[in-house]
Amino acid sequence: MSTRRIQEMITHNAIYIVLVVLIIGIAIYDPSFIGINALRDVLNQSATRTIIALGVAFILITGGTDLSAGRMVGLTAVISASMLQIQDYPRRFFPGLADLPVIVPVLLAIAVGFLFGMINGLIVAKLRVPPFIATLGTMVIIYGVNSLYFDMDPNHSQPIGGLRPDFTKWWGSGSIGSGQYSIPYIVIIAIIVAIIVWVIFNKTRLGKNMYAIGGNEQAAKVSGINVSRNLIWIYSIAGALYGLAGVMEAARTGGATNNYGNMYELDAIAACVVGGVSTTGGIGTVPGVLTGVLIFTVINYGLTFIGVSPNWQLIIKGMIIIAAVAFDMRKYANKK
Amino acid sequence: MAEQDYYLEMRSISKEFPGVKALDQVTLQVRPGTVHALMGENGAGKSTLMKCLFGIYKPDGGEIYLNGKKTEILSSSDALANGISMIHQELHPIPFRDVMENIWLGRFPMKGIGPFKFVDHSKMYRDTEDLFKQLDIDLKPDTLVGKLSVSKIQSIEIAKAVSFNSRIIVMDEPTSSLTGVEVEHLFRIIRDLKAKGVAIIYISHKMEEILRISDDVTIMRDGKKIGTWPAAEMTTDLIISKMVGRDLTHRFPERDNVPGDVILQAHDLTSPVDKSFKNVSFELRKGEILGIGGLVGAQRTELIEALFGLRELSAGSISIHGKKVKIKSPKDAMKYGLALLTEERRTTGIFPVLSVHENGAIANLDRYMTPYLLLNEKKKQTETNKMIEKLRTKTPNTKALIMNLSGGNQQKVLLARWLLTEPEILLLDEPTRGIDVGAKFEIYSIIADLARQGKSIIMISSEMPELLGMSDRIMVMSEGKMTGILDGETASEETIMRLAAQH
Repeated sequence: MSTRRIQEMITHNAIYIVLVVLIIGIAIYDPSFIGINALRDVLNQSATRTIIALGVAFILITGGTDLSAGRMVGLTAVISASMLQIQDYPRRFFPGLADLPVIVPVLLAIAVGFLFGMINGLIVAKLRVPPFIATLGTMVIIYGVNSLYFDMDPNHSQPIGGLRPDFTKWWGSGSIGSGQYSIPYIVIIAIIVAIIVWVIFNKTRLGKNMYAIGGNEQAAKVSGINVSRNLIWIYSIAGALYGLAGVMEAARTGGATNNYGNMYELDAIAACVVGGVSTTGGIGTVPGVLTGVLIFTVINYGLTFIGVSPNWQLIIKGMIIIAAVAFDMRKYANKK
Repeated sequence: MAEQDYYLEMRSISKEFPGVKALDQVTLQVRPGTVHALMGENGAGKSTLMKCLFGIYKPDGGEIYLNGKKTEILSSSDALANGISMIHQELHPIPFRDVMENIWLGRFPMKGIGPFKFVDHSKMYRDTEDLFKQLDIDLKPDTLVGKLSVSKIQSIEIAKAVSFNSRIIVMDEPTSSLTGVEVEHLFRIIRDLKAKGVAIIYISHKMEEILRISDDVTIMRDGKKIGTWPAAEMTTDLIISKMVGRDLTHRFPERDNVPGDVILQAHDLTSPVDKSFKNVSFELRKGEILGIGGLVGAQRTELIEALFGLRELSAGSISIHGKKVKIKSPKDAMKYGLALLTEERRTTGIFPVLSVHENGAIANLDRYMTPYLLLNEKKKQTETNKMIEKLRTKTPNTKALIMNLSGGNQQKVLLARWLLTEPEILLLDEPTRGIDVGAKFEIYSIIADLARQGKSIIMISSEMPELLGMSDRIMVMSEGKMTGILDGETASEETIMRLAAQH
């Protein structure tokens, strides 16, 4: 293989190489990092983030951005938690509410996410407000809505606790199998979602249209694509994913407050861009996003594992974000 | 005339681009205090020559003399420093800043001590006022530029040129977006500048203007200079005959398409935009190539974009197969069998970061829908790639990014995109623009082939030979109005030019 081919191979697989190098580096420092327990922990911690990042990826690929993702996670976490408390919990959100089948609040939370996503889409597509501003606005609005709901009588902004074990098990902390060889349910959920999103990106008309709109909105219009309708669908689907992530976040932690999800959108955007999603639109893949998420989890988990201070972790994270995008810019600049 | 009588001399300027000799030993001599008209068809080399003067292109051969002194101009700032300014056809002001900041941008007057320097706004205001007084421009220096009309912005550009103490001002189609009164004001400014000894190089297609304002006329054709004459000795007919006239053989494929029944009727199409197209009516037959000729600003693109549902109509009707249709979006247009290849390949055609295959398939996804919302990827791949191959697109493979292909090959992918939708009527807007000569012939052959298969084609072109060589009939537009429909066999460049410059 010529040096050029090798160079090209490295450029095109840079993020996978970064992930492997990170793991090897940590393992050299502490070989006990390589093992089934660490793998499970990393995947477990990545599950919710993956779902949020995939939602954000939809929007980034259209050339937009979504700042409201984190607050949507917070809202849907509170909604699902408020309806799934055990009967004898002293401060129930809805004191008289009977035990609902778990799936009802879960679907309701996802529907709320879908609805707010649709609102984002309508503002962007119909009012032509730039996505950054549109979602900045809805980010604040959704937090307001969440805080109002959270402050309702009799809860009065108390953290919601006492969630039903059948909810926290299936949507949060439970696993298939036991001990060393168990797989957390939320990891399975994240894998299923990733597969569905991969299919949407690669096998459906909506996916093709999404890449086209991000690649050149004018050309998409000329090609007979109904840009507004596609954008509204895409923002709605992203909202539904945030809704699912909110449910999982409540179940995983066994509670919820109105501050849940705060700034999660920034982690999601960071994971996407490190994973090769272009913020100017048209470019991005599901494996890339998954790798981006994993890189950040490995940094978090792995560096804590070997005792690097969280303050240093922040600095390293920031540098990786900038380096990844600078590298990507070069990749496309070379081709012009 | 002695040589020092010329303020500017461009001697034997040559410039070659891959495959084209854009300028071939062109000499231009301009006297101070005169208006020198530079004329020629699109592609004759006027802009290239001016870009050489303005330091945007570096000539391959030839010399430039300013006031008798040999001068090398390597950049636009070099040109400005040497007293050469250019007022482009498309103006690019900074809309959210005021008039004076636009004029003095990059060379603001400063005040202050030592390292603490600030922009001297009051001096800038006074200087601008002086400048405007000198040119009889009625504008306040602190008005926001975004609020001004095109003609006002143009006068700011002229003031800017004067503020550089320019001795030569190039004006590229300065009246293309001006009203009659505004043109008079521009001419008044031009006469003032002349009186101050400034030389003006005036590029325009409008004969009547040229004959009124200019002192000398230089005519170019195919990158060569035809000659320079005093404007007083010229007439419209004389200018046109010198601008056109060339060998047309073998640049176009044999056409044997036979126009059939009327397939599309456009009646009285009018745009809601004031200066756009008005009351345009025409018919298109099955298997016919209808060319649309006209000058820049004739509103041809606007007309066919309205046919395709990208722009609105305020009046008029469109019938296809004798039935009235309402076309409100490209989707509607595609439903009625229309396809549009846009003029701006980069901004409205290609998806640069997507593959050749995806670029070809994007307008045709409906056809590959299966139940469960999934696309039939295999069928999509086979059909699309077959069409791309059929048009002899040169690409390493269909997975390559389209941005890495040449203009001609990108155009073939876009043609493939539209042919896959099986249109009856193809709207082609400058289909060979920016494409090299060899690829042009291939595009012409594809177009001729489509007409033979019974597809109807509307082709906008600014290149006269292309219009004459490819069209069954030629519709000519001028300033938004249709000025005539000519038979492709009997039409000549002269007749087209006369109709195109009518308004």
